[in-house]
Amino acid sequence: MLDLTYETPKPRVISGAKQDWELVIGMEVHAQVSSNAKLFSGASTKFGNEPNANVSFVDAAMPGMLPVINEYCVEQAVRTGLGLKAQINLWSAFDRKNYFYPDLPQGYQISQLYHPIVGEGEILVEMGPGVARLVRVERIHLEQDAGKSIHDMDPNMSFVDLNRTGVALMEIVSRPDIRGPEEAAAYVTKLRQILRYLGTCDGNMQNGNLRADVNVSICAPGQYEKYQATGDFSHLGTRCEIKNMNSMRFIQMAIEVEARRQIAIVEAGGEVVQETRLYDVDKNETRSMRSKEEAHDYRYFPDPDLLPLEIEQGWVDDIKARLPELPDAKKARFMGDFGLTDYDASVLTAELDAASYFEAVAQGRDGKMAANWVINELFGRLKKDSLDITDSPVPPAQLGGIIDLISSGDISGKIAKDLFEIVYTEGGDPAQIVAARGMKQVTDTGAIEAAVDQIIAENPAQVEKAKQNPKLAGWFVGQVMKATGGKANPATVNQLVMEKLGL
Amino acid sequence: MSIAPETAARVAKLARIKVEPEALPALAAEFNTILGFIEQLNEVDVDGVEPMTSVTPMRLKRREDVVTDGDRQAQILKNAPDAREGFFAVPKVVE
Repeated sequence: MLDLTYETPKPRVISGAKQDWELVIGMEVHAQVSSNAKLFSGASTKFGNEPNANVSFVDAAMPGMLPVINEYCVEQAVRTGLGLKAQINLWSAFDRKNYFYPDLPQGYQISQLYHPIVGEGEILVEMGPGVARLVRVERIHLEQDAGKSIHDMDPNMSFVDLNRTGVALMEIVSRPDIRGPEEAAAYVTKLRQILRYLGTCDGNMQNGNLRADVNVSICAPGQYEKYQATGDFSHLGTRCEIKNMNSMRFIQMAIEVEARRQIAIVEAGGEVVQETRLYDVDKNETRSMRSKEEAHDYRYFPDPDLLPLEIEQGWVDDIKARLPELPDAKKARFMGDFGLTDYDASVLTAELDAASYFEAVAQGRDGKMAANWVINELFGRLKKDSLDITDSPVPPAQLGGIIDLISSGDISGKIAKDLFEIVYTEGGDPAQIVAARGMKQVTDTGAIEAAVDQIIAENPAQVEKAKQNPKLAGWFVGQVMKATGGKANPATVNQLVMEKLGL
Repeated sequence: MSIAPETAARVAKLARIKVEPEALPALAAEFNTILGFIEQLNEVDVDGVEPMTSVTPMRLKRREDVVTDGDRQAQILKNAPDAREGFFAVPKVVE
């Protein structure tokens, strides 16, 4: 069973010139559905193809072309909903959102305003061990992405590529439950993690496959609680929407600067105007997107080309039965089964590939030791080479082999690190390498004793000093380790040195 | 419901259709005729009647997630007033 006892984090408070202010944040995340073909056409969704190569006559909105829905995209939306413990609507419908832009040949985006496919769900956003906020998801709907305009290829013209036009997006809308910039970034991080576990979105923010619109408002302390108790938004401040954020760092910076802008307006006796704003990274400021405001009249109406989307409960149940283990459950299991700390379990479950790797190493071994080796040695080494866990030159079985050699006392922890480096750079079976290169730890007390005796005999002056100051015994341990090429068992060496020196 | 020439101008602007000011009153009048015709439907009591979405008992047609189209750049760009290097070229639009 999942242990979901946690403390709620404190909201971020910003001190204005006159009083303290709290932040209230809601998010709309656009996640590109992982699929081969587009939402309503048979054109490819592949990134990086020749411009306008992934375009069918449906995407180009040629007269007479009709949309036919990609059933897998629907399945992906349902899977996402189930992963967020959300209500699945067996009856949903598509609407047209009308606006004019060169990268939207239809002149409207097919979306789901009135009847989304997924209803209320939730995301547990962890802010540290035992501290988390349960953010409510209001809805998820399916919609088409727009094309891409490139403005810097010609001084007088914009270039339009329709490859992305019509690719399926899930818009995941949260309630205004997020209370600070860090929480906002943590929310997107957690949502991205769940989507990646589910395989419904690859979460690639750089390519724009996951981007967020952030709604920010400020309120006096105590107001948010009134909103929560009544559901009445009038207790909160007027919100502004910052569009199209695709970096965790910029999301935080934009919220911070936007909140301060609103505080300055309100404290000067002014009023925040509800509007869409754009974050300028270079100037670290948000500014009004007036052009967007003008076109805000979307004139939604049901799409006459598409019948309502009706799905069967049995189909939903079948998708649910095949859901993978999700991050919260996996983390709890890692803590329970392998005795990991909250922190280690979080690190290891952040990415599914890393979690699977760890599990393969930890199977039948000491979980904490496996976690240490994966996190400290392997992750550290991979990071140095900018490699992904999937590109690791050391497969789980070999890392497991190294750990086995430590556990059996065949090698010391220090030698194990050398061995890891050899396996990492040269490959090979750890046990064979240890045997072939004579790296085995010397546990034979006789051999170690001889080495200790020799060092003592060769250094009478040091012996005298050590007798005065027992701390210097460490020097002898070091010398013996050096003489044995690091293969002597450090504990045995230490014990013998102390005995021989009479300390 | 009555459409004034200003509303007609706004609808034209949203659709990016150029309408000369002197043509607006006639356009608004046309809108009003259409809306007036549709407003007759409001006289019918439809309380408790489920909206009909299709005249035949049809289920929304679905396709499989298979790439069956694309790779027709030349055809896609053929009607474009201006196309360069595989892109549609349009008058500069920048936020």
